[in-house]
This record gives sequence, C-alpha cells and structure tokens, in this order.
Amino acid sequence: MTAMKFEYAPAPESRSTAAIASSHGLFIDGEFRPAAGGKVFKSIAPASEEVLSEVAHAGADDVHAAVEAARRAFPRWSGLPGAERAKYLFRIARLIQERSRELAVLESLDNGKPIRESRDVDLPLVAAHFFYYAGWADKLPHAGFGPDPKPLGVAGQVIPWNFPLLMLAWKIAPALATGNTVVLKPAETTPLTALRFAEICRQAALPPGVVNIVTGDGTAGAALVEHPGVDKIAFTGSTGVGRRIARTVAGTRKKLTLELGGKAANIVFDDAPLDQAVEGIVNGIFFNQGHVCCAGSRLLVQESVAEELLGALKRRMATLRVGDPLDKNTDVGAINSAAQLARIRELADAGSAEGAERWSPPCELPADGYWFPPTLFTGVTQAHRIAREEIFGPVLSVLTFRTPEEAVAKANNTPYGLSAGIWTEKGSRILWLAGQLRAGVVWSNTFNKFDPTSPFGGYQESGYGREGGRHGLGAYLDV
Amino acid sequence: MSDPMSDSMSDSMSDSMSDPMSDPTSEQPHTPERTDGSAMPKPEHATPLAVLKTYKLFIGGAFPRSESGRVYEVTDPQGNWLANAPLASRKDARDAVAAARKAFPRWSGATAYNRGQVLYRVAELLQGRRDQFRAEVAAAEGLSKAQARAAVEAAVDRWVWYAGWTDKVTQIAGSSNPVAGPYFNLSSPEPTGVVAVLAPQDSSLLGLVSVLAPVLAGGNTAVLVAGERTPLPALSLAEVLATSDVPAGVVNVLSGRTAELGPPLAAHQDVNAIDLTGAADPALAAELEATAAENLKRVRRPAVDAEDWTADPGTSRLLAFLETKTVWHPMGV
Repeated sequence: MTAMKFEYAPAPESRSTAAIASSHGLFIDGEFRPAAGGKVFKSIAPASEEVLSEVAHAGADDVHAAVEAARRAFPRWSGLPGAERAKYLFRIARLIQERSRELAVLESLDNGKPIRESRDVDLPLVAAHFFYYAGWADKLPHAGFGPDPKPLGVAGQVIPWNFPLLMLAWKIAPALATGNTVVLKPAETTPLTALRFAEICRQAALPPGVVNIVTGDGTAGAALVEHPGVDKIAFTGSTGVGRRIARTVAGTRKKLTLELGGKAANIVFDDAPLDQAVEGIVNGIFFNQGHVCCAGSRLLVQESVAEELLGALKRRMATLRVGDPLDKNTDVGAINSAAQLARIRELADAGSAEGAERWSPPCELPADGYWFPPTLFTGVTQAHRIAREEIFGPVLSVLTFRTPEEAVAKANNTPYGLSAGIWTEKGSRILWLAGQLRAGVVWSNTFNKFDPTSPFGGYQESGYGREGGRHGLGAYLDV
Repeated sequence: MSDPMSDSMSDSMSDSMSDPMSDPTSEQPHTPERTDGSAMPKPEHATPLAVLKTYKLFIGGAFPRSESGRVYEVTDPQGNWLANAPLASRKDARDAVAAARKAFPRWSGATAYNRGQVLYRVAELLQGRRDQFRAEVAAAEGLSKAQARAAVEAAVDRWVWYAGWTDKVTQIAGSSNPVAGPYFNLSSPEPTGVVAVLAPQDSSLLGLVSVLAPVLAGGNTAVLVAGERTPLPALSLAEVLATSDVPAGVVNVLSGRTAELGPPLAAHQDVNAIDLTGAADPALAAELEATAAENLKRVRRPAVDAEDWTADPGTSRLLAFLETKTVWHPMGV
C-alpha cells in the first residue's frame, strides 16, 4: 500500500484589506509631512523583494520638530485627568481591533512573518496591550509608586523590526497611560504599520503631538537618543546598539530602559513529555523565523533522551511549511532583510566550520526574497559561536547535559539573560531550576508566551527595565 | 542549610564560613584589634601611650593591606592627622570583585528571614561599638559630640530598617499576573549580583550604611569604596561585619581614591551594577556611567542635589539593584 499524500492547496490571505499608498510621510504634530531634506527610502516585502512604498527619511531637523511637538503637547496631555487619557487609549485599542485584519496583512507584507502569527499573535497582543494600559491611566496612585507619581516628559522610543506593531504597543501604551508624550522611531525595514497606527491616532482624535512617528535608519534613531529635549529613552534591539545608547545617555538625566538580545536555553529533562517538548522547541526557535530576542536558541537536552528527542524533532521540522507569509498554512516566513540573511548565513557557516553538524529538512525555498530553512546543529560545544552569539534566525544549537546542576551551569554560561525554558514533569524541579536561572522570563512546559500583564525584560547584557504589567509603568514614571 | 527548621530559626551563617585565620593574606587574628586605648591594661606610670590602630582593607573576610603597599594620610577637617589608610589599587578592586562573586550564591540563596537576622545582628554589634563610631565620625566629619551621636544612632536605625525589608520586598515588588490564558504567572524580585558601591563623600557612616544596607538586604554582594577623605568609619564597619554573621566576601571595603577605584569597578565585566552616589564630580560620574555601559551594568546615578541622609530612605535604593523574574506555568489536569 502506498502512503497517502496530502498536499496543501494555497490559501493566501487577500491583500485587498491593506491598500498601501505609494509614499508615506513622517507623522509630526498630528500631520503627515515629507522629510525636511526631502530624503526617502523604500520599504520592501522581504518575501518577494517588491517595493511596497517610499517612506520619508527623517533627518535631525525632523527629529527636532517631532521632539518639539511632543514637548508642546506634554503639559496638556499630562494635565488631563487620568480617566480622559484612559479613554483615548481605550479608543485606540478598539480601533486596532476593528482594523486588525488590515494591520495583520500589512505587517506580514512588510515584515515577512506568517499571517497566522501576525493575525493570531501580534495583533491580539497589540490591542490587549493598549486595553491593559488604558485602565492604568486613572489608577496610577494605586500602582505602588507613591500617591502622585509624575510622568517624565517626552519619551524617545526606538523599536526593532521583528514585531513592529507589538513593540510599538509595548512602548507607546505605558508611556501615554502615565502621561508622557512620545516620539517613536520604527525600524528602517518595517515602518508601514507604525504609520498606519498614526492614522489610528487621528481616528481616535488623539491631540496633535502626543504621538509622533519618525521613520528612517539608525541615524534618525541616534538623533532621537541624543536630542536634549528627550527625557526618557526606551530601546528594543541589539545589545551592540543598546550599549551605544547607554554610553550616549551617560551623564545626562535621561531615564533609560533597554530590551536587548538573548541566547535562551531551552532545557529538556528525561521525564519531560517529549511530544509537548518538541512543539515547545519548534515554537521556541522557529516562531517568527527565530527573529525573537527571547527565542529558545540553545536546546539543552538530557543525554539519556537526546537521541529520541532529536529524532522526533527532526520529524516535526520536516513538516514545517516555509514560504509565502500571506498563505494561511505557512509556518515559517521570510527572513526580514538581506542584511539579516547574510548574518544568519555567516553564523551558520561558522557553526559548520567550527565542527558542529548541520541539518535541515528537505525544503524548497522560493526563488525571490530572503529565505533560510529551519536548521539545527548537533555536536555544539559551549565555545562555538553558534552557542554564544545571537543568530536571530531559524537556527537551533543543540547541547546535552547529564545532571540538573550541569544544565544550570550551561544555561547560565552566557552574558545574556533574557529568557529560558524548562521541560519536566517534576514540579519541585521546575521551581528549583527557575530560581537558579539568571533570566528575566522563565517558561516551564511552554515557551514564547506573552501577555500585557506579564513583565518582560532581561538580566545582564539583555538589558534593564521591564515592559508589561505594573512593573512596566515604572519605566515611564519619575520614581 | 539542609534542615529547613534550623535554617529558618538560626541567625548564623557561620557553619561553613571561611576562617580568616586560614587566609594567608590576612595577618589579623579573628577578633578585631582594639581601638579604644582606655580599655588597654594601664601601666603603673601616668599617661599611658595609646596603641594606634593600623587601618586595613576588608576583602573576602580578611584584612589585608593594599597589595600596592600604599597608604594615604587621613585627617580631620582641620588637617590634623588621624591615620594612614590603605590606598587601594586596581588589583585590590579586582580581588574584592572576585571575593564578592564567590560569596554571591550563598548570600543570594539564603532565605530572606535568615538574611534579615544576619543584617539585624550587624545593627546589634554596631550599637555595641557606638562609642568608637561616635569618636570616628566626629573626627572624620568635624561634628560635635551630639551630632556624631545622632549620626551613629541613625546609622543603627537604618540597619534595622533594611534588615526588616529582606522578607518583605518580594511582596511589594513581586506580582501575580492575570494573563489571558491557562497559566500561573508570577513575578519576583531577585538580586542583580555583585554591586560596586561608591559611598557618599559627605556622610562617613550614616550615608555609608544608607547605600550599603539596601544592596545587601536585596541579596546582592558588595564592593564598597569608602568616602575618600573619611574612610575610617567604613574600615571600622568592616570589623563589625567581620565579627557579625555576614559571610566572608558579602561586603568588601576599599579605601583610596574614588577616581582611581571607580574606573576599574565600572569596567569590570563581573560586576552587575554600580552605585555612583560617591562620584561627586559630574565628569567622573558621566565617565563611569559610560564605562559601565560595556556590559550593561545597572547604574544608579548620583543625586542632583545633596542628599539628606536623615530623611526617610524609601525603597528606591532597595529596588535599584533587583531584577524581576517572571515564571510561567501551564495549568491543567
């Protein structure tokens, strides 16, 4: 009897819900405007290399105008009763829900992530984040920061390309709830959903200047970080850039929070439910193409079950569907940019060169766009670059351990400390291990879960400060 | 620490404390030197000659001189010589960091109740040596007897305040998070690790205790740089710590130039955080903050205005050196 073969028919999401203008301006003081110098850049779809739109590139003058607009808007916005600020944020949350399909399609086009994720993970979390912080705006005296906590002023926020709209929500929602005004700089490769969010601010009748969005490359971000009119910097991105920002604000009174890179250990014990663990490992490293700062990029598996687990993991990886981000059956989308693809290739090649064994399932990649197959390395040692450096792609490094103590030592052997995973049926071991791991988020028998009520942020070189929950308010209050 | 009852009931962590006598770098007996001339046996003839104290560093539970062999003159505000204090070197600073790192697992892993009792005992011992500290603080800062008495009493009270925080800070800084899914989700504060503390230049004991005690209460270990012109109360506090139940290496005390010791501590890759309170020169504070960025140290900047060390300290120093860890557990049958 021959095996039955079930092929998936293409199931593309319609692009018609997300019409894209051929050019986009900066959003400053409630209006869209071209860059003062007239400079533009192109935002492309990484899955096809199609140009999606031309976007204004902010120069120092534009950043200055945005900061000035935010400064002018600050007294009135911070002076509003908290209940009024709350209602603006609730409006924004509802408008995001109404337009969530449009935003999900736009996000998948501009970023390359599967529509299944932008639709089912990113957008619901974006709306939830605004809804959560909306409710805090009139309850700040009860938040544990004193009877009358004050906003800082103008928040300069620089966000990455891996979760463009979700990172915007993590930054803007708590800043506005606490009475700050903001200037946000989206990533160069993914500016479109932030500019669509600016339209939502207008629909919500948010006062001009409360939210300003300046698009451009790292020079625009640097101008924002350096601007003397900014009171607070919030950055999510690489540890290298985070370090430069920390140096830049040294000696100023600017408050700083940083959410940087990671090299999370995902630790599987011999008593773990292996099928669940395999799903967790796959979700941990292949979710969002591995473009996740908290990705479970180091699999630490107990030696006695390593062979069995790796067999099951490879079988599961062979079923991953890599391709069109807008196809509802796609599991792994496009790599966000040519530069990131080059970085992933370089580190994967280093893995092979240093002696680790590379494996990918048979996998047909589209001809156009930026693609990298789901990949795992076995025989990895702690000294290998692929065990130490953040790859930020769909590449898993597998190491083994014998005892729980060895698992702790290996998991903590990194300058990062953002997240970790534990897979075991033994509750006492989970609690013991969770206490030993030097990481800001620990997922036990699950991975890559996020929620607006749950504080997120790292130890050590993964940055400082927390986003989400009551803790996330502290980053935007004078405490 | 294997018996939970004895652990929770004991205020001693000395069961496996390293013995300073066994440390070849220490030439001190375990009991501190006497600093009070009047307590010495009196000879038959009049005006007995006081026995002066050699002030030393405190690293890993031992009292070494600076490895550099250097000292500097410490005077009162009028310029009268008080003592030669060790002029600690970069190497001393690195040794202190190594000792603090070694002490971190045990101190951070102790129960909060245990840490509270150990810190409370420091207050008890400080109280017992209050006369010595009054004299040292008065000489260091040029205070009247009454002012010095008030400063020492406030310093004792501050230890007590922070000792009581050890088993409460988790409850004010942690949270149970109602996530939208079948998960039990809990956030708890944890110590950040080794903290370098540049003690204030204007308050030799009260200010010192106000910056050190919150670091320890949170479960961190510390490398303390004493106020440059007034290091003697800090070096004597080390003697209190050595005879209390604070394990060796949890606190390490250096005296010397803040501008010389700050940079190696700010640059050290095994230091997790730095308190710049004592970096009184804004240019130095900015330089140290920029240096600390290399491994993303948590930085507590110096206050803009002079700090009032007698004011309610609040929780900001306690919370500045804590991380928040959030743990997710699925719920199900």
